[in-house]
Amino acid sequence: MDLSLTPEEQAFRDEFRAWIEDNHPGPAPRGGDQIQYEFEREWQRKLHAGGWAGVSWPKEYGGRGATLIEQSIFGEELARARAPRPANVLGLVMGGPVVIAHGTEEQKERYLEPILSAEEIWCQGFSEPESGSDLASLKTKAVKENGGWRITGQKVWTTFAHEAKWCMLVARSDQDAPKHKGLTYFLMDMDQDEVEVRPLRQITGEAEFNELFIENAFVPDENVVGGEGNGWMVAITTLMNERAGLGASAALGLSNSLDELIDLAKERGVADDPIVRDRVARLKIGIEGLRLGALRALTATMKVGTPGPEGSIAKLQWSSTNQALTELALEVGGTDTLAKDNLWAYRFLRSRANSIEGGTSDVLKNIVAERVLGLPKLR
Amino acid sequence: MNFDFNDEQREIKSTARDFLGSRFKAETVRQLAERENPYDDALWRQISDLGWPGIAIAEEYGGLGLGVVELVILQEELGYVCAPSPFISNAVAGLVIEAAGSDEQRTRWLPGIASGEARGAAAMTADESPIVGAAAGSSVIVINDHDGGHLLETSAATLERLDLIDTTRAYFRVSGDGGDPLPGGPEIAMAAIDRATVALSAELVGVAQRALDMAVEYAKEREQFGRPIGAYQAVSHRCAEMLWAVEEARSLLYYAAWCADAQPETLPLAASMSNARASDAATSVTHNAIQVLGGIGFTWEHDVHFFLKRARVVAQLLGSAGMHRGRVAELAGLG
Repeated sequence: MDLSLTPEEQAFRDEFRAWIEDNHPGPAPRGGDQIQYEFEREWQRKLHAGGWAGVSWPKEYGGRGATLIEQSIFGEELARARAPRPANVLGLVMGGPVVIAHGTEEQKERYLEPILSAEEIWCQGFSEPESGSDLASLKTKAVKENGGWRITGQKVWTTFAHEAKWCMLVARSDQDAPKHKGLTYFLMDMDQDEVEVRPLRQITGEAEFNELFIENAFVPDENVVGGEGNGWMVAITTLMNERAGLGASAALGLSNSLDELIDLAKERGVADDPIVRDRVARLKIGIEGLRLGALRALTATMKVGTPGPEGSIAKLQWSSTNQALTELALEVGGTDTLAKDNLWAYRFLRSRANSIEGGTSDVLKNIVAERVLGLPKLR
Repeated sequence: MNFDFNDEQREIKSTARDFLGSRFKAETVRQLAERENPYDDALWRQISDLGWPGIAIAEEYGGLGLGVVELVILQEELGYVCAPSPFISNAVAGLVIEAAGSDEQRTRWLPGIASGEARGAAAMTADESPIVGAAAGSSVIVINDHDGGHLLETSAATLERLDLIDTTRAYFRVSGDGGDPLPGGPEIAMAAIDRATVALSAELVGVAQRALDMAVEYAKEREQFGRPIGAYQAVSHRCAEMLWAVEEARSLLYYAAWCADAQPETLPLAASMSNARASDAATSVTHNAIQVLGGIGFTWEHDVHFFLKRARVVAQLLGSAGMHRGRVAELAGLG
């Protein structure tokens, strides 16, 4: 057991840390979603120019070929520096890896570079109004025609849909096959009249997500990823990638928030309150538990090759800790932090989604119970 | 970075799992727990033959010269079987004497502690917490107080046997004046106690893991309303949360053990985080295990109560979870 960084890992960290210092774009500008989005896009261009976009991608596809530990260091350093997220985060974390794993040579040639450079933004069309946790029950229909497919249906919770060029879309291509078997994974061009994007206003007042109304949209044959009928398998890879990316950098984000909460407690004169102290300690322990669990999982994953269902525990830890942290901040901060434009109020409201997005805590507990503990399935 | 055991450590773990599984079967633990002295001399000799009492003691004093990581591996497995053994107390005495003792004290006591022939025991008298296993079998007792502690020969100490809920070990309160001061000073003694705290966390993680295993096994087999109870989410989600607690405590434990060996400046925070989490995990997981087991879990006949009682007592040795969280709050930046 050795938790210190190897010389290579340390060199990786130092190099990236120095690069961020020289290139940090400063705090995000205010003035609306569009301005902020352009800011994140510019940041990704900078990352790309520096060779820091797609760190997990193999070198032959324009990435850095970083090990899992290095990817984790990369995320931690971004969080430590409070750097913005890159604009095309779904393309980097999900789209690219799926094309690399399941795409044809032509697809790799066509799609990967514009993902890295943020020239083409990606979004994800999985969830539907009637298919949330039970994703495989989705109804969006793909009908074969000459040279391609016609897609009709409705998608929801599509982040960045209004900015996106490509949508990773799972649709039912075979109405008669069993529900997991009849799905196909498409890359749908968002620039067509048959796709309508409507922003979905959330409890924070903003609209990070959208609804997609798709009415007979066209997707050519060459935009099928992983072959007809394999959509479920391809989609699962993307979800695994989404979860593997979490862990240590999420813990660092929480750690930043906890530092701010501690400052707030001092400002408010409650740093000596035994209840506040006990709850802060619980948060600290939860955050470190998440970070260390993520590192243990990384070591295990590097040995066996694929991330295991244990990643579900990390997601549970993260969402519950972030929710508890923001709740405490509101109690410590008092009425001021309940103001509509207060950052803690925003974080509190936003954190309510943490236990729903990317797999609800309830479904994750099913996964842990069935796939880690081997308990019988309810179904 | 490699957050996993190396080959030697894995070997120690699997030897411990096999050895302890065969020596401390449930029925053996039950029999020993009903005796006045729960420690079996023959079993102690076998443990000593493996070199375990000296696992973290330097080779020059007859130990194996390994570290807290290896000690933690053993202690987790000892917790997993709820072993009636004075192992932990002897190991803690060794940690304190080696860290804070004089050359003479080390030479006098450590070889016996390492070989298991002259056991030590350790206590923190400051809060009157009970000490494990200062039975007639021990030769020296380490008393920790705010002055850096001192040594008391068992023959010169007054021992009061405590009749605690955990009967798988013998607990005592110790008194006695005088004794031989440890010259290392409070700071060094405290660092040794932090290592002991981590070893206790390991025991708690082992206890929690066993209670979880019992609950999961039962949830797979027990049928009500026509299906295994583990198929109901009220039960399966409870089990998932138990695993979450155990794994979180385990991550913090291994980290704290590594800090003790490789990064001592981070040990105070790591030790308290690990002990607070492990105490909560072991108490909540044993409670939940009884809930999953239902009525049978409340009977004397089922073994889970040994783990419940062990968890509760160990969670309060060397500081409660709340005390450790107080220290975490301070070190996390609240001052």
